[in-house]
Parts: sequence; C-alpha cells; structure tokens
Amino acid sequence: VTAGHALLALDVGWGTTLALKTIIVLALVPAGALILGYTFLLKVMSHMQSRLGPMDPGGFHGWYQLVGDGLKFLQKEDIMPTKADRRVFAIAPAVVVISTFLVFLVIPAGPDLVVKHLDVGVFYALAVSSLSVVGVLMAGWASANKFALLGALRAAAQLIAYELPLLLAVVGVVIQAGTMSLQGIVLGQQNGAIFGWDGLGQPYILTQFVGFALFLVAAQAELTQTPFDMPVAESELVAGYMVEYTGFRFLFFFIGEFGTAFAFAALAATLFLGGYAIPGVTGTWANILGPFVLFAKLMLVAFLMFWVRFTYPRLREDQLQAVAWKFLIPIGLANILLTGLFKVAF
Amino acid sequence: VAPKLHKPKLPGLIGGLGVTLKTMLKPAVTVQYPHEKEDPAPRARGVIALKEENCTVCMLCARSCPDWCIYIEGHKEKRPPRREGGRERTVSVLDRFDIDYALCMYCGICVEVCPFDALFWSPEFEYSESNIARLLHDKVKLGEWMETVPTPEPLEIGAEVKGKK
Repeated sequence: VTAGHALLALDVGWGTTLALKTIIVLALVPAGALILGYTFLLKVMSHMQSRLGPMDPGGFHGWYQLVGDGLKFLQKEDIMPTKADRRVFAIAPAVVVISTFLVFLVIPAGPDLVVKHLDVGVFYALAVSSLSVVGVLMAGWASANKFALLGALRAAAQLIAYELPLLLAVVGVVIQAGTMSLQGIVLGQQNGAIFGWDGLGQPYILTQFVGFALFLVAAQAELTQTPFDMPVAESELVAGYMVEYTGFRFLFFFIGEFGTAFAFAALAATLFLGGYAIPGVTGTWANILGPFVLFAKLMLVAFLMFWVRFTYPRLREDQLQAVAWKFLIPIGLANILLTGLFKVAF
Repeated sequence: VAPKLHKPKLPGLIGGLGVTLKTMLKPAVTVQYPHEKEDPAPRARGVIALKEENCTVCMLCARSCPDWCIYIEGHKEKRPPRREGGRERTVSVLDRFDIDYALCMYCGICVEVCPFDALFWSPEFEYSESNIARLLHDKVKLGEWMETVPTPEPLEIGAEVKGKK
C-alpha cells in the first residue's frame, strides 16, 4: 500500500484519500460510458454497417457527439407521468447507476491501485452488479405504463436467469485461483505458468475458455444487449422500462448501461485475461502501466461483446430462457466439475 | 430429393460475425457530402434544361406535367416569306418558360413528350435555395443548365437509329 501512496504522493491521511477515490470512481463510470458509447455504439457499429457515423462534432471523427447528446439530455424537460409513483420513479435510475459505481470499488488497476481490497471481491462485484435489477423493476413499476411494466418483468426474469451462468462461469476461476479476491486472481495469473513456461504467466482464459465464453454470453444478457435485449425491445415494447423517462433520468439509464458494460468488460479482463498485469512488470511500473494495460484488455473484451451486439438479431423470450436453463447452466456446472477434478488431480 | 450439400457450411452465427468484421475492415461507402462530392451518373435526373431555339411553344410539356409546374407563354409573329412572292410565315415566339422546382417531382414526362428536343435532363443537383420563390427557374436560367447536359452515350452496337441520318 505504501508504495502506491508514495508513488502518487497520496500519503495524506484517509480523508483526502477517500475523497480522491470517490472522485475517481464517480468520474470513471460516465467516462467509461462515454468511451464505450463513442468507440462502439457510434464508430464500430457504423463501420460494421459500412457507414462512417458522426464525423463533424468536435472536428475529429465526431468525438464530441456523445458529450453533446449528454448536454442535450440535461436541458430537456423532466416529465413524469401523472399516475407514476413519484418517489420510486425518481430514485430508480439512481439505483441502476449506483450498482454500476459499486462494482468499480473492487476492480484493481494496479498492485496498489484499488479503491478497496476485499477478500470476497468477485462475490461482492457480482452481488452489487445484480442490484440493478431492483432499479429496473422500480422504474417499470413506478412508470404506470404497461409497456414499462412488461419490460421490467422481462428484465427481472432475464437478469435472474443469467445471473446463474455468470456466477457458475466465475466459480471455475475462483476454484483455480483458490481465492475470491480479485487481486489474488490477478496474482494467480501473473505467477502461473503454462506447462512450466512462465513467460506469459497463465491467463485463465487458456484453462477456463468455457468459463470465459459463458461469462461473455451471460454478461451480454445482464447488459440487456442484443441478442438478449427483449426488456428494451423497441419493436415490441417501445423502450421497455425506460419508456417514460426523459432528460437526465434517461441519461442515467444510458450511463448505467454503458458503465455496466465497462464494468463487466473490466471484470472479464481481470478474471480471464490477467487484469492489469503484463509479463515482466512488477512494483512501481505495474502501478503506472496497470490502468493502461487493464484498459487495453477491457477494450478487447468490450469489442467482443459489442461485435456480437451489432451482429445478431433478437431472440424470442422463450428461447432466451431456454438458452440459460437448458444450455448455459448445465455447461457451467460441468465446467465447475471438471475444474474441481483437475484442481484435485494436479 | 433434397439437394446434396457438397461442402459443410459454417454455422450461421459464426458466419454472421465474419460478415460484420469484414464490413468493418473495408472502407465505408459513405460520401461526406458537403466536404467531398460524388459524381452523379450521367443520366441522373438532377435538373431540366431548356434549349430555347428548339421550342415551338406547343405546350405539350405543360399539358403533360402532372404537377402543373411548367408555365409557358408565347405569341405569334409574322416573318417574311422564304421565297420571293410567297406568303408571310407565322412563327410562335416563346415569351416565358418557367419550371417551378418547388413543385416538380422529377418524373421526366416533359422531357419524354417534347417532340422537338427542347428539354434535356442534366445531372446537376446543387440548386437548393433558402427562399422557395427562387426555385422558379425562368427560361434564361433553364437555358444556362444546357451547358451541364452531358453528351449522350453512344448507342449500343446494332441499335436502331431513329430520325434523320
């Protein structure tokens, strides 16, 4: 801990440290949402559809487009339906966003660059990320709109169904690393070896590839992204639970969606791709390079997630449930069983 | 009998990912219009040009226009006879030929129907105006468009040639 603090000249008492950490986390979620939204939603998707996307705002490839959109949302009228449950309606977007903020508390960006080192880091991250269901249900119920309610119920059914494969996918990693701490998992990958050769460490994607695939599919469903976007299916439900939201509350949902994508990508990068660690870098340099390495790996994972999003059409509601209960969960259980057997055998 | 598949197909889900990835790596087809311009096809229907000397004020174009966007006025004049002792000739003179591009729907019937080759398509398309009244092009302006009319492409080999040789 001291190395990191000395490095960043942050050895200034817990109050200032806390304030700084709070500011960083508060800035991270909107920044991550902007980065992912711009890179993938505006640019990668456009090019996958053989067009350019916004090119003029800000001068360089339309980088300012999303910032401008955000500012536009802020000046919109704040509309609330007459029959809405006013207090719940107002709080719901905040609940969604807060669950995203909380995930970032445990994701390490360097040996010392972590807001809070938790021994049950993975467990905590998955637990708080599923809090967003509550916000979604609140939004759908409080809107006093049948489309919003249908969307919220679909979201609840979907998020609960896909929480399980997500968890089962992570259990394989936890068994292999022997710890639930995200720092411990990163160290386990950094200090591991591939058949005795330790040049690359041992990213768990090599042994837990099934887990990685499961994690990506389940994360896709958790984010309600295509092909699992029934809760916000515009052709069926207009915009699902978001249908009555305008202005900055809608902006909260948008930030929540892409901020959560950022969080899940960071989580996947940490669990399966070695997190902030790169071979041969330790100590102070790991603290300096860590955030950039993590960001690069995170963008790689995010590309996979958004690539799928921009390619596939939407599944049907019953197909969605069937995929989770009939395929992903059995595969996840088998993966855990095999991982356990190998862990005991070797 | 079902046709035999000769080579095993890639599962559609993976093939789909390949399609989007390939499209992403190819350059986009978008043309950034105000900054860069696309060459319209030579036969594009941009604007209608008028070759005034060919017009006989027969009104066929104005009558066939579905939008009533062509305004024609003319009068008759006497011209001296061609031969000594002949009768005076009567010719129609075009006073006004306006096309209101705020009404025109670019169907091209006027160009098709003109028996004297007085109307032509030009691929020029950049004549938008901030004032709708200025979309009424008079015969001078319509005549100026003649400069932008491309020479027609040569006929296909073996095509029937109509008109005078």
